[in-house]
Amino acid sequence: MGAPIIVAQGLGKKFTLGAKREPYTALREVIGRKARALLSPGGKAKAGNEFWALKDLDFSINEGDRVGIIGRNGAGKSTLLKVISRIIDPTEGRAEIRGRLASLLEVGTGFHPELSGRENIFLNGSILGMSRAEITARFDEIVAFSEVERFLDTPVKRYSSGMYVRLAFAVAAHLEPEILVVDEVLAVGDAEFQRKCIGKMKEVSSGGRTVLFVSHNMAAIQNLCNTAMYLRHGKLVVQGNTPAVVAEYLRATDAGPSSDLAARMDRQGNGAVRFTDFTLGTPDGGELAAAQTGSAVVFRFDFQPGPGPVNNLHLAMGIDDVYGQRILHLSNETTGQVFARAQESTRISILVPRCPLLPGTYGFTLFSTVNGEVADYIFNAGTFHVESGDFFGTGRLPAGDQGAFTTEHSFILS
Amino acid sequence: MQPPVILAPGARNKQYWSDLWRYRGLLGFLAWRDVAVRYKQTAMGVLWALIRPVITLAAMWFIGWLFGSTVPAGVPRILLVAAATMPWQLFASVFDGVANSMVGNSNLVTKVYFPRLVLPLSTVVVSLIDMAISLAVLVVLMALYRYLPGPEVLLLPVFLALAVLAALGTGLYMAALNVKYRDFRYVVPIVVQFGLYVTPVAFGSADVYNNPSIPAALKFLYSCNPMVSVIDGFRFSLFGHEMPVHWPGFVVSLAVSLLLLLLGIRYFRRTEKGFADII
Ligand SMILES: Nc1ncnc2c1ncn2[C@@H]1O[C@H](COP(=O)(O)OP(=O)(O)OP(=O)(O)O)[C@@H](O)[C@H]1O
Ligand SMILES: [Mg+2]
Repeated sequence: MGAPIIVAQGLGKKFTLGAKREPYTALREVIGRKARALLSPGGKAKAGNEFWALKDLDFSINEGDRVGIIGRNGAGKSTLLKVISRIIDPTEGRAEIRGRLASLLEVGTGFHPELSGRENIFLNGSILGMSRAEITARFDEIVAFSEVERFLDTPVKRYSSGMYVRLAFAVAAHLEPEILVVDEVLAVGDAEFQRKCIGKMKEVSSGGRTVLFVSHNMAAIQNLCNTAMYLRHGKLVVQGNTPAVVAEYLRATDAGPSSDLAARMDRQGNGAVRFTDFTLGTPDGGELAAAQTGSAVVFRFDFQPGPGPVNNLHLAMGIDDVYGQRILHLSNETTGQVFARAQESTRISILVPRCPLLPGTYGFTLFSTVNGEVADYIFNAGTFHVESGDFFGTGRLPAGDQGAFTTEHSFILS
Repeated sequence: MQPPVILAPGARNKQYWSDLWRYRGLLGFLAWRDVAVRYKQTAMGVLWALIRPVITLAAMWFIGWLFGSTVPAGVPRILLVAAATMPWQLFASVFDGVANSMVGNSNLVTKVYFPRLVLPLSTVVVSLIDMAISLAVLVVLMALYRYLPGPEVLLLPVFLALAVLAALGTGLYMAALNVKYRDFRYVVPIVVQFGLYVTPVAFGSADVYNNPSIPAALKFLYSCNPMVSVIDGFRFSLFGHEMPVHWPGFVVSLAVSLLLLLLGIRYFRRTEKGFADII
């Protein structure tokens, strides 16, 4: 369509690793390091582990483009958005932004729990870059979109999380920058509201605005974006029209169940249990590299109990298709098997007697509570594969584009 | 259309100061947020802005009286101490607010762009509002003692501005250091507490400059304290020639204060691009 509005050449961003958990330094460490270096001349103070979150990115985005950015966890998508939004400085390379840019990296940035919905609309709007006049002009629209009229004067700390998200997105949806940068904010909120948001984003971008949109939800990306970029380990693998890029991304998702849960930092919960490993197995204890449609499979989760008692242990595994759409939810709450005492245990196995999933790659999210409090919650915890098997004893399965799973059924003529 | 934004390592942002002006609305909203939240969370709200200065005032009056610091004829001691407590409180609150402004808003720093100076400046606005409230104490005291200041009182805003500048420079340094080394959050209360005793609150600058037993070097050191010129000026504008300003000292202290401001802004501007990486 239009002229280039964002141009990047050799863009790179380096982080110092090991600094992830507590990025800031304690002065004591610095002094200690200097002192050690003095005491052992020649023994240089150990430099931090450096790591490139983005490397050698060259791309150009035209005015009016709706660009989907995809890639696995940690690929550098959020980092790229932060560099473009001027939140962090690139370490090398150069980029040029030719328009007013607003970024939405999180739902409700700057919302204050003590302030009312009305007050937060103004605060959040101004944080996102709107002027007071703009907010006042769109106030009624924002309120209507959010559907929380009745609670406008209630502090947002009393909102349900759904209301909170609605209000926050409503403000953001009424931003009118030339470039809108959105990071995975649609992952929250109910399906109905997500549809509404995607509709709004389409409307925004059809007005000629440029949109950069990060998501793990391929359906949303394909629905919204006319071009896409696939990032892998901080490098740009392909940029081009959306279907081709998405296909490349899906093809490249590597084999074998991903299992290293212990190393995950991006988890929530109080740590009353912590999941460390995920494997696939057979009911008699054997290992599996992949599940098979129609055969028994056991999802095995190893965990470490925290220091406290592990009572009423509840685990839910939400399984998503490659588009990021939730297709199955396995929970010991629904089966009525919450474990009253799990102090001496280290593994939870979920037995699925006949795997209903059709061949493909699936992702899952883990959620567990102990005594009603969130203990460990890992979003997009990993992936596993399902290979084709003989579900019906006929040697046949539905074709790959006919849904994500199958079920026992029979046909009757009458 | 605005000129293109260039992103490159160490690229100078030529629009920084005009951006800062464009973001003045955000500055106002952030200040308003801090005030609104305080009044929603605390039962006594506005009273807290009064209690601290009043307690400091009482303690400093007692110390001054105990050690018999000089009081010019015709000026009640309590007024003299009050005229120093108010600017000192302003300094302390600006310093503390600015120093904690980055770490306290880390969620904003990592999620949206704005000239980072907006955050410390918004806390200055909050401190000024507190100051306006506590100024009421001074007014009430002056009314009680039926003391009417002369025309010098018109200079008062100038000295208030100086108090803010003195606190801003050092505060910005602290704010930037705080992002990198959280240790500095412990430095702030120490500075505030210690500063109260080397600043002419309980006593007057005349007690120092006219005391023959204090060596000249110490006197010079004393005059380097940026708050000395502020408080001397404050007393001058309220009590006129009862409290003449010691000009050489005033100039030194003013120079130090401006130098600190320059250095503080420079250090802050130099480091702010890295804040979101490490905060
Ligand atoms: N401030 C930081 N300091 C150190 N490392 C960081 C920092 N921010 C991000 N990283 C690292 O950079 C890498 C890329 O992170 P980024 O958040 O961009 O991934 P992402 O593609 O958005 O992943 P996700 O899909 O999980 O959101 C990760 O390994 C992350 O740990
Ligand atoms: Mg991300």
